[in-house]
Amino acid sequence: MHKPLKIVGLIPLFAGMLLLGSCEQIIPPAPAEEDLLDGPIAGLSTAEQAQFLAGDIAFNDEVFTVESGLGPLFVATSCGSCHIGDGKGHPFTTLVRFGQTAPNTPPDHSIGGPQLQNRAIPGYVPERVPEGQPFMKITPPAVTGLGLLAALTDQQILAHADPDDLDGDGISGVPNYVTPPDYFVPQWYHQPRQGKYLGRFGKKAAAIDLLQQTVGAYKQDMGVNSTFEPLDVATGLPVDPEVSDQQVKEVVFYLRTLKAPIQRNANDAQVLRGKKLFSTIQCAACHIPEWTTPASDIAALSHQTFYPYTDLLLHDMGPGLDDGVTEGSAETYEWRTPPLWGLGLSPDAQGGTYYLLHDGRARSIEEAILLHGGEARASREAYEGLSETDKTAVLRFLESL
Amino acid sequence: MKHTVFILWCCLCSAALHAQVDSTLFVRAERDSAFQNNMNLDAVYNRPFLQLGKLPVTVGGYVEADYQYMGEDGITEGHSFRIPRMTLFVASSIHRRIKFLSEIELEEGGKEIAIEFAALDLSLHPMLNVRAGVVMNPIGAFNQNHDGPKWEFVDRPIAMTRMLPATWSNVGAGLFGKHYQGQWAFAYEVYLTNGFDASIISNTENKTFLPASKANSERFEESGNGRLLLTAKAAIRHQLAGEVGISYMGGTYNRFEEDGLVLDQARRLDVLALDFHATLPGTGTLLTGEWAWVWVEVPDTYTQQFGNRQQGGFVDLVQPLFRGNVLGFERGVFNLACRLEYVDWNVGTFQETGGNIGDQLWAVVPGLSFRPTAQAVIRLNYRYMQQRDILGNPPAKIGGLQLGLAAYF
Repeated sequence: MHKPLKIVGLIPLFAGMLLLGSCEQIIPPAPAEEDLLDGPIAGLSTAEQAQFLAGDIAFNDEVFTVESGLGPLFVATSCGSCHIGDGKGHPFTTLVRFGQTAPNTPPDHSIGGPQLQNRAIPGYVPERVPEGQPFMKITPPAVTGLGLLAALTDQQILAHADPDDLDGDGISGVPNYVTPPDYFVPQWYHQPRQGKYLGRFGKKAAAIDLLQQTVGAYKQDMGVNSTFEPLDVATGLPVDPEVSDQQVKEVVFYLRTLKAPIQRNANDAQVLRGKKLFSTIQCAACHIPEWTTPASDIAALSHQTFYPYTDLLLHDMGPGLDDGVTEGSAETYEWRTPPLWGLGLSPDAQGGTYYLLHDGRARSIEEAILLHGGEARASREAYEGLSETDKTAVLRFLESL
Repeated sequence: MKHTVFILWCCLCSAALHAQVDSTLFVRAERDSAFQNNMNLDAVYNRPFLQLGKLPVTVGGYVEADYQYMGEDGITEGHSFRIPRMTLFVASSIHRRIKFLSEIELEEGGKEIAIEFAALDLSLHPMLNVRAGVVMNPIGAFNQNHDGPKWEFVDRPIAMTRMLPATWSNVGAGLFGKHYQGQWAFAYEVYLTNGFDASIISNTENKTFLPASKANSERFEESGNGRLLLTAKAAIRHQLAGEVGISYMGGTYNRFEEDGLVLDQARRLDVLALDFHATLPGTGTLLTGEWAWVWVEVPDTYTQQFGNRQQGGFVDLVQPLFRGNVLGFERGVFNLACRLEYVDWNVGTFQETGGNIGDQLWAVVPGLSFRPTAQAVIRLNYRYMQQRDILGNPPAKIGGLQLGLAAYF
């Protein structure tokens, strides 16, 4: 045995010790926090973090199969399939809705809908939109920061409503009052009107709270029934629950406690100029920047000031965005002001490109601006009248959100 | 049921070996675990077995254990020890031309117990042998040649374990044979077995996932759809250059009718694989690789989440650095190794946009290994991997250290 060879024999041992001693260097680094959409809000207790984790697993890892209740008609196999990384969706999982063509009229269930299940498990035939029926496509929204929006009181939202444009600024802000589902439990911050409640989630603000949004998605998107929504979407008959109440509530908790997107380059001069111009050309009249939550049952959501850039109200967006289909009391040409937070991170969830507006038709932020009509026409024209430098500043600002 | 089978198997082994015999009476029939001197076809028998005197039964096995510290995008699950598998095998010469070999694997400390191989071989001619029982489908090379001590890497290649199922075995029968001419050797295998089921496109992996069918133990009782899976392989080897193999596996995977009722149309699965291993003259560098293409008939009205095409493979480079006496191991070998691997779980474009579907990963795994004997290996790997989701968003970056031991016993 030669001594040098003994030393050679120790090389893997030394190498192992060296690597063990620098574990932090071994793991690929984490992306910057502001570059990620997912993650919990700050300040959750350990018990709340455990709930968040359970919801995260149910939302992102739970994949439904034929055996576990998928379909038979469906759109996607998991929550995470539509909201990858908790961000906006992709045309691959675009939802199609049809059946209600006027406000305050019940959807015509005899023709199917209200959501198209365009996929089916093997051996079944998926649904098709009846010939001649108008339909609207909907890109799945980002789900970040929803708990902050859910924590707002109806009174706060209604303070910005001006359905008859009494202030004459050309901007209405219409609340969408919807009939609550049987399982809806009003909270102290809800204000009913003639048995209906203010919707705040969904492209038409047709969902009152995140529970309604969640059980609706399980049923309509995945064909998965719960005790909340026991009727099978394909047959209309009651079926045994395919997802537990606990899992539904864990997902709701997860959605409530996902952090809000963090603005990047907030102090960049161009971004600051764009922010100012955004208000000057009246974009901020609907895309209201700042809100503050009241007290919440989740301490981390209480008294938080946040910047979603939405008023959660409906606005006339003009004939170009009128698909002839609606939900609740919204007109077919009315859309809820979408939150703009996380806008610049959308491509990281949409496969490297933008799919904006309600149906993903806009392939850039500027294209989305230029497709604004109706009440937003004046702001769009104001944007078009800006110098190229100022337009760029507005775009940089929006990308920073 | 699995535990019962395992207990019976152990009883048979112990009876055959006349328990409590003096271990010095065992004769170790050593084989070179580097496997370059044999064809891939021989992998199941090219193992070190222990034999008691002239008893016609030989036994053996191998164990793998490792430590790992892995993480993804700055988040780690911490330090962890694993025992991925322990495998036991028993071979018996029933007659000069009739052999039996069984291989039972205990995964993760016994969480899974599986009969990987239990087949009777009847030799009629070197080019005509009959094999029946639980056979290892000869798709690619790794499926048959998967013993941990033969490899310089802690993890098995992803494409050959998670795109193609690893240790994919089924009940069936077939033929195999070899022919030697000068420095050349030719081998073939062809089997008909039970096969896959519809779980390959309905599983919690949310992707077309052939290994999902491994969970269906009913395939050892009957064919899931009344049709058989064909697996065939041909390989050619030059004594100096190495071996190249081409293999095919295909058949109907779904239960399309039951009780005379037509439930669906019959849907096919087809797999083509190329494999090679060679030793470069001069440097002694060992090259081993495999690439496979998968085609699955997925209903048009299903979701593109489950792709109808997949491809992937790996290549290993192993460079011996030193051979000789190391720490008292007279035939110790140090190797420098590197594995490159790639899997595309969903080849194609989105119907809605025409854009490429993501769902890919690649990995590079440099490593050092020390073989104190041909039958044992200590290996230190660093794994770095990037994995994209179905939309092709920025990849998750996964990396970490793995230190493992694998040995035949």
